[in-house]
Amino acid sequence: MHPARKKRLILILLVLLGVGSAVALALTALRENINLFYTPTQIADGEAPQGARIRAGGMVVEGSVERSTDSLDVRFDVSDGAKAVTIAYSGILPDLFREGQGIVALGRINADGVLEADEVLAKHDEEYMPPEVAKAMNDAMANKAAQQPQAE
Amino acid sequence: MSWTFFHKLGSPKWFYEISGKLMPWIAAFSLLALVVGSVWGLVFAPQDYQQGNSFRIIYIHVPAAILAQSCYMMLAVAGVVGLVWRMKLADVALQCAAPIGAWMTFVALITGSIWGKPTWGTYWEWDARLTSMLILLFLYFGIIALRMAISNRDTAAKATSVMAIVGVINIPIIKYSVDWWNTLHQPATFTITEKPAMPPEMWLPLLVMVLAFYGLFTLNLFMRMRLEILKREHKTRWVRDALENNS
Repeated sequence: MHPARKKRLILILLVLLGVGSAVALALTALRENINLFYTPTQIADGEAPQGARIRAGGMVVEGSVERSTDSLDVRFDVSDGAKAVTIAYSGILPDLFREGQGIVALGRINADGVLEADEVLAKHDEEYMPPEVAKAMNDAMANKAAQQPQAE
Repeated sequence: MSWTFFHKLGSPKWFYEISGKLMPWIAAFSLLALVVGSVWGLVFAPQDYQQGNSFRIIYIHVPAAILAQSCYMMLAVAGVVGLVWRMKLADVALQCAAPIGAWMTFVALITGSIWGKPTWGTYWEWDARLTSMLILLFLYFGIIALRMAISNRDTAAKATSVMAIVGVINIPIIKYSVDWWNTLHQPATFTITEKPAMPPEMWLPLLVMVLAFYGLFTLNLFMRMRLEILKREHKTRWVRDALENNS
């Protein structure tokens, strides 16, 4: 390669390296602010700011959804596998909201440690499958569950 | 290593001839792939078990998003080639690809937002993936605006090249945003190391659509570049010959 071209190429690579590390440092410093939501573990550890509007995200715990019979009030637990946080919400939930589904809720944590949400968003996972496959998988799991007590 | 072949690539005349020969083939291929992919994806592919038919927007959204990022990588490579080897063709490619990339980013953002309303419950959320994609759109706007703001062609070429190269840092951020931070956007369905989290009857039409988008992108880029080359080289003999032979 021509020396002048080589020099220019090295210069470009150095500039890219410099800007790259600057951006990396900035993003590391802002790490907490870029996260869209806090996990229940982070909230339990006190990493989430107190009294401020925060987002909590995780899986809706199976069997935890309690709907009020005469209003749109709903309470449910959201877990990340380790810790859980209770969320109270009043309003229409997104179509994809169901037990076992990932969600993100925006609101304030009150004195009882319950997050009073004024917005609940459903989080979609990267799995896609036709309804028949999903049904077949559910049936298989149900069969397995039904057979287990007999085996004991 | 001999660099002569590389410099031949940079000759506008050579590019004009070879692209003219390739274009009918690319056009035929991409139109066929577009028709096959959209009919297959929008009509014959099965529904998703949770999202129903609304998931079908994936057949536009994902190809557009892939192209938006590929196009930016191409801008950066063209920027390096233009700055280091001072190749005229690299600058032509950079200027002509930027508007197409901006449109692709725009389409990816719009389709994503249309899908987001029924799926997430919101059109827009300031999550890392969505925001970094919006930054990509602004980078494209910046490159286009910079080009228009500087009237001297060589200065404009240098400035836009530098901007394209520096902005390439955003591409890995877009790619890994869903892994580095908690985001509303789901992680990648397709990875090199693992089996896709989607059955073949769903991802095969998607693959066809991605190929169609790449084909249409190349076609559009070639058309824009040929026009730009004719404009820039209109005083040369080969352009006069080429135009006279055509008419």
